[in-house]
Amino acid sequence: TSWDVVFQNIYTHYLKETTQRTKLIDVFLAFLVVVGALQFAYCVLAGNYPFNAFLSGFSATVGQFVLAISLRIQTATTDKNEFPSVSPERAFADFIVCSLILHFFCINFIN
Amino acid sequence: MAVENQGTALDAVNSHSTRTLLRTVILFLIAGAAIASRLFSVIRFESIIHEFDPWFNFRATKYLVANGFYKFWDWFDDRTWHPLGRVTGGTLYPGLMVTSGVIYHALKALTVPVDIRNICVLLAPAFSGLTAFASYLLTNEMTTSPSAGLLAAVFMGIAPGYISRSVAGSYDNEAIAIFLLVFTFYLWIKALKLGSMLWGAVCALFYGYMVSSWGGYAFITCLLPMHALVLICMGRYSTRLYVSYTTWYALGTLASMQIPFVGFLPVKTSEHMPALGIFGFLQFIGFIQYVRSAISGKQFQTFLATLVIATFGIGLTGLVALTSLGYIAPWGGRFYSLWDTSYAKIHIPIIASVSEHQPTAWPAFFFDLSMLIWLFPAGVYMCFNDLKDEHVFIVVYALFGSYFAGVMVRLMLTLTPVVCVAAAIAASQILDSYLSVETPTEAEAEKSAEAAAKKPGKAGSLRGSEKPVIGVFSNVSKLSVVSAMTIYLLMFVTHCTWVTSNAYSSPSVVLASRMPDGSQHIIDDYREAYQWLRQNTKEDAKIMSWWDYGYQIGGMADRPTLVDNNTWNNTHIATVGKAMSSREEVSYPIMRQHEVDYVLVVFGGLLGYSGDDINKFLWMVRIAEGIWPDEVKERNFFTERGEYRVDEGATETMKNSLMYKLSYYNFHTMFPPGQAADRVRNVRLPSQGPVLNTLEEAFTSENWIIRVYKVKDLDNVGRDHAAVAAFERGQKKKKAAKKAGPRALRVD
Repeated sequence: TSWDVVFQNIYTHYLKETTQRTKLIDVFLAFLVVVGALQFAYCVLAGNYPFNAFLSGFSATVGQFVLAISLRIQTATTDKNEFPSVSPERAFADFIVCSLILHFFCINFIN
Repeated sequence: MAVENQGTALDAVNSHSTRTLLRTVILFLIAGAAIASRLFSVIRFESIIHEFDPWFNFRATKYLVANGFYKFWDWFDDRTWHPLGRVTGGTLYPGLMVTSGVIYHALKALTVPVDIRNICVLLAPAFSGLTAFASYLLTNEMTTSPSAGLLAAVFMGIAPGYISRSVAGSYDNEAIAIFLLVFTFYLWIKALKLGSMLWGAVCALFYGYMVSSWGGYAFITCLLPMHALVLICMGRYSTRLYVSYTTWYALGTLASMQIPFVGFLPVKTSEHMPALGIFGFLQFIGFIQYVRSAISGKQFQTFLATLVIATFGIGLTGLVALTSLGYIAPWGGRFYSLWDTSYAKIHIPIIASVSEHQPTAWPAFFFDLSMLIWLFPAGVYMCFNDLKDEHVFIVVYALFGSYFAGVMVRLMLTLTPVVCVAAAIAASQILDSYLSVETPTEAEAEKSAEAAAKKPGKAGSLRGSEKPVIGVFSNVSKLSVVSAMTIYLLMFVTHCTWVTSNAYSSPSVVLASRMPDGSQHIIDDYREAYQWLRQNTKEDAKIMSWWDYGYQIGGMADRPTLVDNNTWNNTHIATVGKAMSSREEVSYPIMRQHEVDYVLVVFGGLLGYSGDDINKFLWMVRIAEGIWPDEVKERNFFTERGEYRVDEGATETMKNSLMYKLSYYNFHTMFPPGQAADRVRNVRLPSQGPVLNTLEEAFTSENWIIRVYKVKDLDNVGRDHAAVAAFERGQKKKKAAKKAGPRALRVD
């Protein structure tokens, strides 16, 4: 029963406190989780024969996930004091550069 | 009036731009000193590659420059490990070769055509200047003191612990790897402090560069998660840690997997599991942290704590289970022997046989680090004093670095950067306190003491550090401490120069000795013999030698070898060991099967050169015994009393072994009858030398250091070689043999 309350609280807190932009990032995050889970399930079901292909696909989702979370952390208003030198625009530019590097490596690795 | 004037003049000099200018000049001087102190061997001898491993790197670089990058990437080398060959593109760290290839082409584009050999020889000194700069940056992140970074740069520039692996001509992976190590650490600290994705990504890129150049990258993959774990355990988790670590891991792991030699290792071996584990753990903690900000309630926090610990435990057991089920490879032998220090000696003699893999003795620490070794603990202690996130890193690094340097001589190299940083922090603290010109007045002291007493002291801080820092009152103590420190620093420079000049600047290819009048006498037998092989043998004549000389034969003589310093196939090495340690009748078929044309042995008995093959012989026996315990037995090479002898009292097995025969063949003819002496083992040899049937002497260098033998072809008439040799010596067949012996019937 306490778990129900906890989840209810988290849900209401989320709806109330989260800005529209952050919610957009969260949708992207959810999408990445679904894609990653699908890839993993396929790997479990069908075997991992081109292992590099699986790894690059899966780590692309994982890497993009953590980069998006980093962007979310840095743009969310609550954490301003943690990152004095990172403005939201700077965070977005960082995100783009890191994603480009990530995708370069993934495409190179998938062969 | 005069005092006032002076003050304004000092202020004018003490401006920001003057400081910057001074810093730049000092850093350039440090780089100059770092490069200049590594040139002893080039100036004394010549610009050549030293040691053994660099010869392979040099050969690979030449291949890269001659054939281009793609051919280098897919290089199958059929001139080593005959008859197996080596997939070189997939079994080396290409960073070093690509770096010098890029420099070569860049200089060529600038119309400064430099021979690739000179680039390879001078690469390590050039990068040592960069290492000094990287340690300057790293130390500046640790402390606000303006002098600490410069001191660290000086220390790093000339510390013998680093010079030993980066003198000119030492074209080894460490030459660029230490720069990349220190610079990656700097970028990591920067990323952690700023919590910036970009710095994390740059850190990951340099980590990828480090992976491409040295196997020691595993140190970084284990140290960064260790740092993160310690921070989490100290309750210092922050979103900055999350951002920097996850960015580094996600990009860095992908970057490391691009190197063919590394491939899938980051997800399949135990060395890389700490990084993955902390990555997962950080996701979880980040989520928990978010939940905690969302809801309140004290009983929930304890609930979460149990959840965190439970998850960590489940992750750990999952890892152990995956390892024991075989999905994740256990620790490799080289890494495992760092934890279980007697493992290699018992199970893998080939690891234990390398002299760099021995534990370090105390004098080595003082020899390689001089005064830094006693400033190092003080610096670590100062890191404890104001314990910020980056200081935790120094503490963790110091702990692990010291342990690893204690169990293996070679890993002194990874300890040196942290010693330089910590020692610079300590030394700069001393200098900052005692070099201050202003003497505090009594009133000031009392005021600040009162202020400190009013301020609530930090609960955790040490009692000694609670008192406010006011300054040093007495000019005498200032003068004495500063002058003592200056003397120590000057002595450090002389020590470093002396050590570099005397211990670390000798190319092992040429041996230098002194004539009675002080002039230098160079013994150049190695190159003499390799040159002979290069000019007087067929292009594809296979050379059999012990693996130590494999790279040099490939590099200097340009002939295919059976085994070399890349000891990837233990059985093949054991085959050579068996051929060397068996009787001729056993060795000859082995050599025929492997198409050996020449056998090369190193013999120092005439000159007293102790690193010869007879002294390495027991390792050959041991490695061969590991594979063929029935045919090669170490016990048989010792006398009844357990002595390893080569003189009259040597055992029959020893006297009949191929190595003994090859080393001492015809050696007694150099001396008056009965006077033959071995100057390494200091024994008198038997007056009758060994007899060789299946090989013939092809070349012996001037000082008998290198001896090359040609493997005879099969006898035309089909007799065995012993019979042929006996016939040619004119020995009659024994009468008894005429008798109808137990001959077998002819089978058609």
